[in-house]
Order: sequence, then structure tokens, then C-alpha cells
Amino acid sequence: MLANEGPVTLRAPPDALDRTLDRPYGAGFVTDIESEVIPPGLDEGVVRLISQRKHEPQFMLDWRLAAYAAWRRMKEPHWGNVRHPPIDYEAISYFSQPKSSGSGPKSLAEVDPKLLETYEKLGIPLHERATLAGVAVDAVFDSVSVATTFRKQLADVGVIFCSMSEALQHHPELVRKYLGTVVPVSDNFFAALNSAVFSDGSFVYVPKGVKCPMELSSYFRINTAKSGQFERTLIIAEEGASVSYLEGCTAPKRDENQLHAAVVELVALDDATIKYSTVQNWYPGDQNGVGGIYNFVTKRGHARGRRSRITWTQVETGAAITWKYPSCWLIGEDSVGEFYSVAVSNHHQQADTGSKMVHIGRNTRSTIISKGISAGHGRSTYRGRVKAVHTAQGARNYTQCDSLLIGSQCEAHTFPSIESANPSAHFEHEASTSRVSDDQMFYCRQRGLTAEDTLNLVVNGFCKNVFKQLPMEFAVEAQNLLNVSLEGAIG
Amino acid sequence: MNRTRNENMLLQIRGLRASIAGKQVLKGLDLHVGPGEVHAIMGPNGTGKSTLAAVLAGKAGYEVEADVAQLAGVDLLGLEPEARAHLGLFLGFQYPVELPGVNNTYLLRAAVNARHRALGEPEVDAYDFLQTIKAKARELGFDEALLARNVNEGFSGGERKRNEILQLAVLEPSLAVLDEIDSGLDIDALRQVAAGINRLRSPQRSFVLITHYRRLLDYVAADHVHVMVDGRIAASGDMGLVDQLEERGYEWVGDAQPALVE
Repeated sequence: MLANEGPVTLRAPPDALDRTLDRPYGAGFVTDIESEVIPPGLDEGVVRLISQRKHEPQFMLDWRLAAYAAWRRMKEPHWGNVRHPPIDYEAISYFSQPKSSGSGPKSLAEVDPKLLETYEKLGIPLHERATLAGVAVDAVFDSVSVATTFRKQLADVGVIFCSMSEALQHHPELVRKYLGTVVPVSDNFFAALNSAVFSDGSFVYVPKGVKCPMELSSYFRINTAKSGQFERTLIIAEEGASVSYLEGCTAPKRDENQLHAAVVELVALDDATIKYSTVQNWYPGDQNGVGGIYNFVTKRGHARGRRSRITWTQVETGAAITWKYPSCWLIGEDSVGEFYSVAVSNHHQQADTGSKMVHIGRNTRSTIISKGISAGHGRSTYRGRVKAVHTAQGARNYTQCDSLLIGSQCEAHTFPSIESANPSAHFEHEASTSRVSDDQMFYCRQRGLTAEDTLNLVVNGFCKNVFKQLPMEFAVEAQNLLNVSLEGAIG
Repeated sequence: MNRTRNENMLLQIRGLRASIAGKQVLKGLDLHVGPGEVHAIMGPNGTGKSTLAAVLAGKAGYEVEADVAQLAGVDLLGLEPEARAHLGLFLGFQYPVELPGVNNTYLLRAAVNARHRALGEPEVDAYDFLQTIKAKARELGFDEALLARNVNEGFSGGERKRNEILQLAVLEPSLAVLDEIDSGLDIDALRQVAAGINRLRSPQRSFVLITHYRRLLDYVAADHVHVMVDGRIAASGDMGLVDQLEERGYEWVGDAQPALVE
């Protein structure tokens, strides 16, 4: 923005575009911290080691081993509209933790200052006095959760918000009851891999009738080179409960590609509401497509109860490759599933993302709003599936799938699929493709905006219906992130 | 008076030539607008009126040359469109474009702040700004609801033109070039737009009204009337020229001599 550049003379306007050809990735620094990293490679011994490190109950080890056996039999999927060299699963280290983190999260006073500083730099202060009002944070660094804030306040109303490792220690019965019931271990190749080696992630349990009094948020950070991050998140909202959860993600700039294969499971019972928002800003690689995170994620929610509601909102600006389809299984009568997405692919980024809505209960309703933005050599793909089984009397879906193209080298693709086994189901699909037109550009510049500001204005307008779904504290962050990720997209 | 030598002119254009895709549209146009003056440029279709507006504002795609092209003493042709806007030039578009999802108030504030930044002035306070533009909308007799809508999205022709006038009122340019602001307006909308222009006339603000018909000039009295033919100003005069055109048509001007110039 010009704001920091001081007064500008009229005769020599700054050429904002020239200055922004280098894409700044603000989160690209590396934290210099001693970590314990297990050697690369994956076998049963590694699975046992991870489980042992985390002092897990026997059922968990058995579960992991079953997942590992399933994964061994599976093949890496290649149906996505993305291109990447083969991933060498033997070259990845499956567990990395800061040495200072010891056996798990502690009180903030005990957390390594270097870690606190890292999150501070990322704009996520963990000191409760400094945090955004009303937002509790679980900070996950490489394979482990290093801190979770506001636990006491949440516990007072019965809400459990902790790392998955802790949940396995303190609430094993809840984990056992729900883990893998939404995304089974052998659901897909990456979910099976995650089930075998997942290290940490967030666990949220909101008991019957409780409206969670603050926003919950997890912040995932990959720091160690040649490591993968495999987090596992489980959120349960009992009858009449409601919760809003947001995750953010960043990683250092590295020339190698790093794998992030997460699984997120949501369970909503009668009249429960879960709102799950993602602001994904993994390192996207450089302008030539070198480096960046492979973001291969399985996210699914079960709207099991009557009138339960699950809302996925995602703003995907980072990662070299994104492959994710946050989905809803609408099982309970009158349950509602929603998916709102903004996905950006600039430079050489590739995003294959969308949603799946499976209507099972009567009068279930779903909405999909997908906004894909392609710039540079970016490739955006929307992939969606809306399905009604024979029991889904009166099911309804509305899908709107819009693509915005910036420049002439980028691509936008859509692969929608609609399948109905119930004649009373009513599905609508709308799609559009547009570009930032020369007329829009000239109009705004005539009003005094720079070309870059105009691009941001038009793109933000395009994304408005998705941004307004985000918790207010994060909507502004998402907008800024989008602006940064499109820098250099014109000129 | 030899207007071409007047150094106090706000806009000085001499020998303006512009071509697009190899076709010359403006062929040595002269135009001089003093502070607070209202000039009307009339002429048949395809004679270069809209090209004049576009090249003054710096639209891409034209090859432009001029002996002199200055606004407030600053050479225009080397400047980016936004720098010309910061200098005080406003173009009212014949076909204002839609900006889906972009709030009207937001665009107005972004535009005002962009200019403030360029001039090294502080940005406006969002709340104060909203009060200011609401007051401007009321003064112009426009519905405040216009402010909450997305820029030109789903607007009728009349609403789009009213919105241009509102932007003009908020941006407070020293020179407003309005390209067929009267086209596509019913009589009520035309009156409202004309009343807006009259309200915004001031010793600090000049207008160039590009129009095909005299009906706008029935409501807005121009100080100078020019007739453009084949990429040049072919005749200039006062409002009396409008009556002559009405009587004899544009073809008459094509044959007329520069003697018509006052």
C-alpha cells in the first residue's frame, strides 16, 4: 500500500506494480530451536514409536497399526487435477518436536520463549492478556501442541479444548467413542497415512446445551525441514451445543516440498451447530513453483442429529498444492450443511478443492459457495459432489461456483457432480467465470485507485459472500492475506 | 481574446492527436477551459467525443500526442490514470461498469483516501466520511440507499448516472468531463442529474459536457459550446450555437469556417 511510502509527488507517481513483483511471504522465517526429529522413513516401528512417545493407551496403538496396515495396501490417488513429482514417503520424518516441549503442553510460563516469540511474530500472541479478546488458541508446532490458552475459563462451562495428545490421556473414552467414526482409517490414502502417524491436533468437546463462550482456534506451524505434519482434529458438539473453531497455518520458506496430511472430523448431535473456519497460508512456493507445502487434507462432518448444522468456511491462499473437500453427511432430519470457500492459485500454485454434500435424512439442506481465483500460472479446480440417497425426502442443495481469472496464463476448472436417488430432491447449480476487466480497472483508476488497489477491491468484492461467513476477528486477516497473495499478479 | 495564450487556463489542449488500432480519431484538437467554466462539446456520432474523454483520463490502448495537454499547468499525457485523478480530473462514464460485491461507500472512501495519500494528507475517518456522503446524497436529492449498494450492480441506467454525479460530488474535482451523462435518462432522471451538475458548479470547478443532444443544455447553461467534427473542434460559440445546430443540423458545421469561433 502507498500509505507507508510518505508523500508522493503528482508528476512521478510510484509504480506500485514494479515494486511488488517479489511476493512477500511474511511467515517464511525459521525458528532456530533444537528439535528432536526421528529419522526419515515409515514402518511399523515408527508407528509404535510415535504412540509410545505420546504415552497412548493400547487401543490407540492398535488403531494406528490397523491404519498403517491399510495404508500399505493402498495406492496414492491421482484423480486430482494437480501435477507433482512422486512423493517419497521414505524421505519424510514423521515426528518432530522441540526438545524443550518435553512431554506435552504446559502452562504458558513454562513454554520455551523461542516458541512464544515465533507465534508472536506470526501475529498469534499466546499470552492471554495479549490475545484477541474472546479467542482461545491451541498452538501446534511441528508434531506437538505447545500451548493452549483460556483452558480454565472454558472448563468452567464444561468445554474441553486441548491437544489430541492430552485428550488421549485425560478423556480416552471420548476419543475412543468418536475418533474414526466420521473418517474411517481406510477412507483414503492420505487419511490412512494420517491415522497411522498423526501426532497432534485439537480436541474439542462441547457438552449438551452449552454455547461455547469464545472462539476456539488452532494455529499450525511446520518448522522442521524434511518433516511432515499430520494433525488430527476432532470436534464434538452434543445436543443443543454450539461452537465456532478456526484454524490457521504457516510454514517457513524452503526449496523442498513438505507434506501436510491432516484429518478433521466433526460430529454434531441434535440441534448442535459447528462452524469450522480455515485461513490456510502454508508456504506456497516461490514464483517459479519451487518449494511449498503439499496440503492433502480430509475434512468431514457428520450432522447426525435433527436440525444439526455444520458450516465449513475456508480461505485457501497458501500451499503449493491444495487437495481438500470439506464435506457434510447430513444424517439427521432437517440438518444443514454449508461450505463457503475462497481458493487462490497464483504463480504456480494448484488448488483442487470443493465439497461433498451427502443427503441422507429427510428435508436436509445444503449450500455450496465456491470462489476460485487464478492468477499467474495458477490452476484452480472446483470439484464437488451433491448426493441424495433414497431416504433423503425433500433434500435441497444450492451450489454456486464462480471463477475469477487474472492474466492469461492461469486456469480454472470445474468438476461438479450431482446424484439423486430421491425424486423429491431439489438441486440447483450455478456457475460463472469472469475476469478483472479492463473497464473495471480503468474505472477505478480514474477514481484515483492504483491498479493494485483496484485488483484487491474487485477480488474482495468477488469473495464478499464467503468472507462474511468468517468470525469477525479473522475476516480482516483473511482479506489482508488475500491481498498479499495476489501481489505481483498484475503488471 | 486569444484564448490559446491564456496561462490561467485550467485545461489547455493544443494539437491533440489520438489513434487506436492504427486509426486516427483525434486530428489536432484544441480546447481551453478556464476555472469555473462549463463547456459543452456536441457533435455527430463517431466524431471522437468519447475518445477525447478517454484520452484525457488516460485510458490504455490509444496512441496519444499533443503540442500541449495540461491540467492546472501539469502535463497530463505522461501520467497514469490515477495520477490524473489525483490532480483533479474526473470522468463521468457513459457506461459506468459494475463492480460486483464492492460496496459503493467503500469505493468512494478508497478513492478519497487514495487521493489523500497521493497528496500526503491523512486518510478520512470512516464514520465522519459516512456522514459526509450521506449529506451529499441528500443535497443531490438521491436516495441514501444508493450508498449501501454494490457499485452499479443491478443499477438502472438512471441510477448509474446518478451514482456518477454522487461520486463527482464526493471527489470534488477541479475538472469534470461528463461523457453523455444524459444518455439513457428519462426526463425526471435528466432533471435530477442536471440539477446535480448545476449544484456542483463553482468558481473552483469546471465542466466539459459531452453530449449528443441539446436537451441536457436546456437544463444546464454552458458558457461555451463547441461542435466537434472529424476529430477536431469545428465550431465554437455560446448557447446561440445550439439553436443554430437545432435549425441546420451538424452537416452545416462541417462546411462552416473557423470564423465562427468567437
